[in-house]
Amino acid sequence: MLHIPLLRGGKPYRSMNVATLNHVRTGEPVAEVSLANSGLISRDLRNVKQHQQRLQEIPVREILEICRKAATLFGEADLPIDPVAGTTQSYDDYLKQLSSTTGMPLALCRINAEKIRFVMQNMERVLGGLTRGVDVEVLDRGFVDQDDRLLSYIREADSLGAVLPSNSPGVHSLWIPALAMKVPLVIKPGGLEPWSPFRIGQALVAAGLPAEAFGFYPTDHNGASQILLSTDRSMIFGDKGTVASWVDDPRVQIHGPGWSKVVFGADRAPHWREHLDLVSISVAENGGRACLNSSGIWMPSHGRELAEALAERLAAIPARDLDDPEARLAAFPVPEVARRISEYVDTQLQIPGAVDLTAKLRPEGRVAEVGGCTFLLPTVIWLDDPTHPLAETELLFPFATVAEVPQDELIEGIKETLVVTALTGDRAFQQELMQARNIDRLNLAEVPTSRISWDQPHEGNLFEHLYRQRAFQNAVPA
Amino acid sequence: MEVISSELAQRAEQVRRSLDEHVREMVLWHFSPETGSPFWLEFAEKLDFDPRREIGGFDDLKILGHFQDEWLRGGPVRRWVPKALADKPLYVFETGGSTGVPKSRVNIEDFQRDYEIFGDNLSDETFPKGADWLMLGPTGPRRLRLAIEHLAQYRGGISFFVDLDPRWVQKLIRMGRPHDLELYKSHTVDQALTILRAHPNIKCIFTTPKLLEALCEKIDLVKQGITGIFCGGTEMNRQFNRFAREELVPGIDFVPTYGNTLMGLASPKPFDRADDYAITYYPPTPRALFEIVDPDDLDKTVEYGQRGRVLLTTLTREFFMPRFAERDEGVRAEPCEKYPWDGVRDLGLYAKLKSSVVVGVY
Repeated sequence: MLHIPLLRGGKPYRSMNVATLNHVRTGEPVAEVSLANSGLISRDLRNVKQHQQRLQEIPVREILEICRKAATLFGEADLPIDPVAGTTQSYDDYLKQLSSTTGMPLALCRINAEKIRFVMQNMERVLGGLTRGVDVEVLDRGFVDQDDRLLSYIREADSLGAVLPSNSPGVHSLWIPALAMKVPLVIKPGGLEPWSPFRIGQALVAAGLPAEAFGFYPTDHNGASQILLSTDRSMIFGDKGTVASWVDDPRVQIHGPGWSKVVFGADRAPHWREHLDLVSISVAENGGRACLNSSGIWMPSHGRELAEALAERLAAIPARDLDDPEARLAAFPVPEVARRISEYVDTQLQIPGAVDLTAKLRPEGRVAEVGGCTFLLPTVIWLDDPTHPLAETELLFPFATVAEVPQDELIEGIKETLVVTALTGDRAFQQELMQARNIDRLNLAEVPTSRISWDQPHEGNLFEHLYRQRAFQNAVPA
Repeated sequence: MEVISSELAQRAEQVRRSLDEHVREMVLWHFSPETGSPFWLEFAEKLDFDPRREIGGFDDLKILGHFQDEWLRGGPVRRWVPKALADKPLYVFETGGSTGVPKSRVNIEDFQRDYEIFGDNLSDETFPKGADWLMLGPTGPRRLRLAIEHLAQYRGGISFFVDLDPRWVQKLIRMGRPHDLELYKSHTVDQALTILRAHPNIKCIFTTPKLLEALCEKIDLVKQGITGIFCGGTEMNRQFNRFAREELVPGIDFVPTYGNTLMGLASPKPFDRADDYAITYYPPTPRALFEIVDPDDLDKTVEYGQRGRVLLTTLTREFFMPRFAERDEGVRAEPCEKYPWDGVRDLGLYAKLKSSVVVGVY
């Protein structure tokens, strides 16, 4: 069986503890993944300073070139999986393997893989966005002279730990820039998705990146904790419970649930029909699996009308075979999970104040079985009561609640929100949104919440996570 | 599957026959009004047969059903003391690291005998007689503290102690406080470093996998002069065995162990590279035995090489525990030269219990 090794300081290692990844449809084993014991990870982390030095010695322009080459290799080359066994992976193999263990349709895997390729290809632009245009050579020299001012940054980390999810491969675009910032990676991939991080690493190494800069450690909960405790800086992706232990640790960048929303001003709510495309894309794009997907639509009026129309639009998205080019919904690797989520929604619907508008459009129910896979069909809930528990629910499929709230209560009502797309021309309301600290990414534009620009910070700026500006003088003033 | 020699098969058969004799002796002891414990005498009253008559050997223990460890929660603990031993000084030990009313087992000398048997199997070269010990792990109300001390004394040494409270560790895990857990681990390991550096006659260590990892991050135990490590606890698996031997403590005699307060202490099959780091444990038969059984039919022993749930039986004059279903599962292993009776390999938490038990505590 195909085996995915650990990469310990770049060197492949076959562990005696393995996890078997099964095919979502057939249940047949697809691969065995080596699992790191936590002590092995902390032992390897003793060497990160040397690994960082290897990266430090390479001029940043050269690393950017490596990233460009890696983008091509990622999308085209046969790359190693297990050098000991001599196994390799083509781009098509990668997409198929990714789809087979995560349940994401092949077509969506391709779109996500393209995001990864794009970020590697355009790393200079991404860096420019994150540093706000500071000359990249600051990463080589520690300072630059910009607009007659000395600008200096000190690196805060010898490695970046990344505890990654399995839900959507697009998230991997977030940590790749660390390498261009000369910070080696210590990756714990999501349990079902070792594929993308491994291939990214192999593409970068094949393009010339020192192998020791890419540590790859599939592991359990203890191992993940070890990474977060032992790396100078890290990021963790997960649900509320997973990230809760780390929210007070400034060394850890938290990527929790998004609770992203589309918000209408009183001026645009009556024109909701013009925005229905944007709303449905925000909810359902990428299988509705990302923290960027909208789980709520809040508006001062016309809510029920929009909700009915959205329900009709989303209920028309069928579950399809994962290989179908038109497939837009992801299958659940564990069918029981899909059933439990659906039961959870039904239980919550017993609490007065919420109604599933999609239910009447598909009498056969929310859980669908197609081509041997289990899916949850898009679900739109109308909330009479915006404080209903479902208003704060984010699920791993296209699921959204629609609520009517007066404009002056809206910002407070949405609570912590990762992405807000606000549809309003009301300048005063726009200003209020600009100043709302409970909103992370804000689109005052007709942009679906699910579409992000990679040169903008996401739940914290990676450059600011890894570097700190410091005072610096290198010559006695004249 | 290994093929055992006919000579070994004969020895295994002899063990089996003497086991049946031992079973008869123990049943007679525990169910006779002159010698038995109040618990087992009361238990026998509710039966419609006399165990002393019906139990002629190990296989007949089935008629008593399965020992329930819940019986050990709460008091009075004296009901477990055999009448013939009632005037002896008593110890009471609690099991594991769980919270709530602990399970208790009374002890007189069993723990000493068990650790002496284990001690006799240690190498004099790597666990030298007269060398001192460091015990870094859960002490408190557990058997382990006195047992390791006795082991050290039995081999002519003194044992130093650093405590780790597993109940606090469990609480920190449940509360989701990894930073506090790390701090507590460092606090424990720092004390161990101080002791090791101050007492150069310490050559032997008992600790748990997690604490060994943490200790080795701070100190090279080979350079420190440690020659033998005896290590047990959750997370002792094939990968850890390899990692310890190859990276953490290469050159040090690394002896994994499996045991708990309810049984004695199992010894590992001597290390053989051909076993690919699998650890096979053998109980101190006839004082204790493993049966590896079908989880859905605890009366059905699985074949050698098959995985099943571990049933423990303890048969000493102090304690009678027939066929207790442990929370572990493993592969039934063939007898070996050193231990000509059944063992267990590749132990792990019983799959059906995995979601409800906090593991990796220490």
